[in-house]
Amino acid sequence: MDKKSWPLWEVFIRSKSGLQHKHVGSLHAVDAQMALENARDVYTRRNEGLSIWVIPSSQIVASEPEDEYIFEAAKSKVYRHPTFYDIPDEVGHM
Amino acid sequence: MDQAAALLDYVLRLADSNLVLGQRLAECCGHAPELELDIALTNISLDLMGQARSLYQYAAELKGEGCTEDDLAYLRTEREFRNPLLVEYPNEDFAYTILRQFLFDAYNQLFYQALQNSSDARLAEIAHKSIKEVRYHLRFSAEWCIRLGDGTELSRQKMQTALDDLWDYTAELCTPNATDQTLLSTGVAVDLEQLKAPYFERVEEILTKATLEKPNYEPFQQGGKEGSHTEFLGHLLAELQVLQRTYPGAEW
Repeated sequence: MDKKSWPLWEVFIRSKSGLQHKHVGSLHAVDAQMALENARDVYTRRNEGLSIWVIPSSQIVASEPEDEYIFEAAKSKVYRHPTFYDIPDEVGHM
Repeated sequence: MDQAAALLDYVLRLADSNLVLGQRLAECCGHAPELELDIALTNISLDLMGQARSLYQYAAELKGEGCTEDDLAYLRTEREFRNPLLVEYPNEDFAYTILRQFLFDAYNQLFYQALQNSSDARLAEIAHKSIKEVRYHLRFSAEWCIRLGDGTELSRQKMQTALDDLWDYTAELCTPNATDQTLLSTGVAVDLEQLKAPYFERVEEILTKATLEKPNYEPFQQGGKEGSHTEFLGHLLAELQVLQRTYPGAEW
């Protein structure tokens, strides 16, 4: 397989009863059309899904492990959770 | 030919076609050019095996006397097989595998479409179920014909070589024989004459997109549907049947 003409694609599938596309794996294909069909062949063998998204892996932008500090601030901010607040009974179900 | 004999022959023809082609695709397992293609080809093989099973089960019932689908698949001899010659052609290379598949799928889709209207309820039901799978098979094989034909100089050459060879076996697909004639009168069989034009139209459409040249000879090879096969079938059946023949009644 020629790595340049068969790039890697990430595959996301939404199942019949699902609400969102989940990452299921990756595969090699020459272009988008082939990627979709390969995804259908490889990742929907057991009726896993109804909708397929494919994206070239090179298009994925990911955060770096070294940048973990950007997640620090959220750790001790309990007031950002809805359960932190007591709703008076008179308000009813929000 | 009486109706019952013709029906059994007809069902066996369909079952054998699927079994033999399914077996050829199974031979690709672990050998396809790419992993994704390996899975695609074996998926198609499994689809065909599923269709073969439904048809063999029906044939076994028609035969009666305790006959089972396994008896029909594993214990019949070469001359009893009724598949057209095209499907037994070996996997010379990937071009042959893809082209053989396309030439059969283009016919199979038209055939099953028509078979849905068969007066035989069982066949109509099998056709109705199978056509969904065959639609996808045709999409896959046609696309790959185009990719390989309109590909590199090498892939185009290989496809042309395969086409020049396999073209000869396309005639048999839409040629009716005595079995078809007997069953046409009762509305069981598909009128193969009607499929001929749309079949070749479809094939030539894809060959053009694939920038391949239609061979300039009239295809004429026949005989598979009557039990006269190429030398390839014997070897295929030897592999397929060796286990059951060596250990009769063996089960997983």
